[in-house]
Amino acid sequence: MILVENLRKSFGEQQVLNGVNLEIGKGEILVIIGQSGGGKSVLLKHLLGLLEADDGRIVVDGVDVTSLRGRALDDVRRRYGVVFQGGALFDSMSVFDNVAFPLRERTHLRESEISARAKAKLEQVGLATMGHKNPAEISGGMRKRVAIARALITEPEIVFFDEPTTGLDPVLVSAIHRLILELHSRFHFTAVMVSHEIPEIFQIAQKVAMLHDGRIVESGPADLIQASENPVIRQFIRGDPEGPLQAH
Amino acid sequence: MNAAPSWILDLVALVGRLALNMAAALGRFGLFLAQAVVFMLTPPFKGRQLLSRIHFIGFNSLVIIVLTGAFTGMVLGLQVFITLSRFGSEAFLGPAVALSLIRELGPVLAALMVTGRAGSALTAEIGIMRITEQIDALTVMALNPYRYLVVPSIVAGLITFPLMTAIFDTVGIFGGYLVGVKLLGLSRGTYFGEMTTFVDLGDIATGVWKSLSFGVLVTWVCAYKGFYVGHGAEGVARATTQAVVLSSVLILVWDYFLGSVLQ
Repeated sequence: MILVENLRKSFGEQQVLNGVNLEIGKGEILVIIGQSGGGKSVLLKHLLGLLEADDGRIVVDGVDVTSLRGRALDDVRRRYGVVFQGGALFDSMSVFDNVAFPLRERTHLRESEISARAKAKLEQVGLATMGHKNPAEISGGMRKRVAIARALITEPEIVFFDEPTTGLDPVLVSAIHRLILELHSRFHFTAVMVSHEIPEIFQIAQKVAMLHDGRIVESGPADLIQASENPVIRQFIRGDPEGPLQAH
Repeated sequence: MNAAPSWILDLVALVGRLALNMAAALGRFGLFLAQAVVFMLTPPFKGRQLLSRIHFIGFNSLVIIVLTGAFTGMVLGLQVFITLSRFGSEAFLGPAVALSLIRELGPVLAALMVTGRAGSALTAEIGIMRITEQIDALTVMALNPYRYLVVPSIVAGLITFPLMTAIFDTVGIFGGYLVGVKLLGLSRGTYFGEMTTFVDLGDIATGVWKSLSFGVLVTWVCAYKGFYVGHGAEGVARATTQAVVLSSVLILVWDYFLGSVLQ
């Protein structure tokens, strides 16, 4: 469904992506792992069309999206849902309006229908009574769940998660992962998640790809990656300070 | 022939790099407005966002406009009265206050006040939306952030700045009236009567043209600075300061230019 071929990106002298190759199947949950500052979010921004690659291409269902601009790119983006790292909720709107916003702006549904769908979505993420609150008035975990509800309200085919559990306590991390799994089994979207929540991500991922030095060093089924002999992956999974990975 | 010392080459490279960066920034600044104009003229139009911006830029600035307008008019009334009384020309207080306000002080001071209150807030709001990925969120929802944030701000500037200026002028003229007539004893008929003789539509048009252009200038600069904000809270703080300083300087420069053209 999504094919990344030889993707390269540098910022000034710094080469961040150095020939990324990746394949994501339809309905799959792929988790991209890697060190902080290793280019995971940059890769995600390329997948979303927020950054332009220096070289290489991203193909979604046979369409090279790296060459698309304007409305053609927006047509592809309408198939996406995105959960940003900090939620990226609009702080000028209530929780309910945040969730209803994509439907209000992108569909011609009646307000009663939009309202019903937004309420149902908030209920699915366990926040049925929080709709009237401002995003600043709710906890970090709740904000992530609102962001998930907003990303899924248009029933997208592909959902991108940028570190959806960063900064949350272990109980909340598990709760968010369980929620994503529940929603995935219900709506069958393709999920691309950037995370370094080790080992929790192995409970949710069907496929894992390790990004290191601007390249995917290994990708495959979660259990195979967990048992990988690759010293970079072993060190990263074990959190060992000694090894080929340098703390930066 | 000896090659140039390396420090000269470094200096030339530095100047060249600075010139290129400046040209790129100016190009981006111009392109920002050009894109906003294109989206301003093509549907879909975002009426709700426009109303919200009019409220944000205009209505919320009313108190400061009325206050500064009143005191500007009162100061003008007092100082002009003292000056004119030296020549025995106190009768011209009304037109002097009105012309100063309508042609010059009203548009400029109202624009500076709105810049300080709403312009800085506009930069901070858009800047925070940028660093918290709210603008990226709009983009990936296939919703154009120019239509949602930039176009409504510039159109609201076009609508509210002339209105704010008109309120500033009116309050200022009454401020001058309070001092000149109620405090210093000039007759009411003289104050307003001479005003209608000397102030014509051309003067009012000058003020309107100035306030319209200031409306575009301030919202353009402030939205741009917010849109291309640096990193973190420090980036927002720097962008807000730059937006207010640049807008204020451009108001005064543009005022001189327009003043020369619209004599």
